[in-house]
Amino acid sequence: MTDKHLSSQFDNELAQLSSNLLAMGGLVEAQLRQALAALTNHSDEFAEAVLAGELRVNAMEVAIDDALTRIIARRQPAAVDLRLLLSIARVTGNLERAGDEAAKIARMVRAIVNSGMPTLPLSDLQLACDLAARLIAQALDAFARLDTIAAFATLKEDAAVDREFDGFVRKLITYMMEDPRAITPSLDLLFIAKAIERIGDHAKNIAECVIYVVKGADVRHRSLAETEAAISAAPEAGMGRP
Amino acid sequence: MINPAINPAASETATAKLTVRDLNFHYGNFHALKNISLAIADKRVTALIGPSGCGKSTLLRVFNRMFELYPGQRASGQVLLDGEDLLDRRLDVALVRARVGMVFQKPTPFPMSIYDNVAFGVKLYEKLNPADLDDRVEWALRQAALWDEVKDKLNASGMSLSGGQQQRLCIARGVAIKPEVLLLDEPCSALDPISTGKIEELIAELKNGITIAIVTHNMQQAARCSDFTAYMYLGQLIEFGETSQIFFKPQRQETEDYITGRFG
Repeated sequence: MTDKHLSSQFDNELAQLSSNLLAMGGLVEAQLRQALAALTNHSDEFAEAVLAGELRVNAMEVAIDDALTRIIARRQPAAVDLRLLLSIARVTGNLERAGDEAAKIARMVRAIVNSGMPTLPLSDLQLACDLAARLIAQALDAFARLDTIAAFATLKEDAAVDREFDGFVRKLITYMMEDPRAITPSLDLLFIAKAIERIGDHAKNIAECVIYVVKGADVRHRSLAETEAAISAAPEAGMGRP
Repeated sequence: MINPAINPAASETATAKLTVRDLNFHYGNFHALKNISLAIADKRVTALIGPSGCGKSTLLRVFNRMFELYPGQRASGQVLLDGEDLLDRRLDVALVRARVGMVFQKPTPFPMSIYDNVAFGVKLYEKLNPADLDDRVEWALRQAALWDEVKDKLNASGMSLSGGQQQRLCIARGVAIKPEVLLLDEPCSALDPISTGKIEELIAELKNGITIAIVTHNMQQAARCSDFTAYMYLGQLIEFGETSQIFFKPQRQETEDYITGRFG
């Protein structure tokens, strides 16, 4: 996506930006894994690691935004370059917020561990968190390769995360109705589940950016069927390089 | 109607002032324009972009038969101005140029006063009494956003103005005869950014009454001031459509390569 400009300096700037974005993505993925480990192991230690990592994610977001602004000011990008740079800004924002959700999970786990209160089984949440982390990885991978098929797969799987969340909420309500003492730990878990569901949404937003860059089609707030139609309708002018 | 074969969406938004059909142009043996068909929308700005030698200036020069000044240059096909074929030899070329004005890359003021520069063309085509002529000169200079700068020195030589002012003087001269179409061939390439900004502002004003076609090497300029953009390469029209579409998501790979500064 960064090749072949008449200005090799522009190519270099875009390549540097892409590599910084993927580095930031790698860091956020690590954050999600740590949050998952904190959840799985009921571990204060993993939670602390997530909170420490958050500062680095934030700093990367600021650095990428700064580089983006400079490129736009100096290069006045058009067409695919413009769509790519706009999308990098969106992806960075979504990664940062996914990182925030990881930190939120870490803080909840730490609070639960420190309270010494017994908690409900976490296996459902572990599965959902694992799925959400994989979605982020998949969306980033699709973005790196500008692969609309992988991006669409991410959109479909996000729907699965949303269904998991709905099911989990119903289960928590059952617990709470059966035993009012379960309300406090249930609320903690509800916040964690919501954070996981949001991470899936961020993966979805990143995947939508892939379709925007490649097809020039804005598929935000569209149904899966509409998105699929947009992917197959628009030609890949400017992308499918010989 | 804008050529629906190239961009169906564009045809819905404007009527055509100039319709080019199967236009071919030769400089001697060199085939400079190849089967060009497109429509220049009425009271809109159409930008012609493309690398040097792609034929964009040639196309512009066909629109007012400027090429006839040179031997060995010939055009075939049709260029319809409101349905009337400008290439028809029976049509008086002077009248064509009264309807289709042109401003060149380098400012070309005549070696005469500012007033006479603007009045010159008007006197050729119309018999106005002195008061009406004064009004017309003032109107044209105001149209060209030059009046306030020159109103106290209308008898000074046109050559005494700065480059940007000279170019606006040429635009005033062009609009003074009230053409229906104004052709601008790289009007800003010799100007500083402030003069360029004024001319772009002027283009936006003028299109309320005049159809404008502009050739430019400055892609940001095309993006800023045109409604439609035609991308040409090696004498062919590669893509034509709404400017916002061309600069956001062109349909053709060649267009995308050109406007993003990639190797073709």
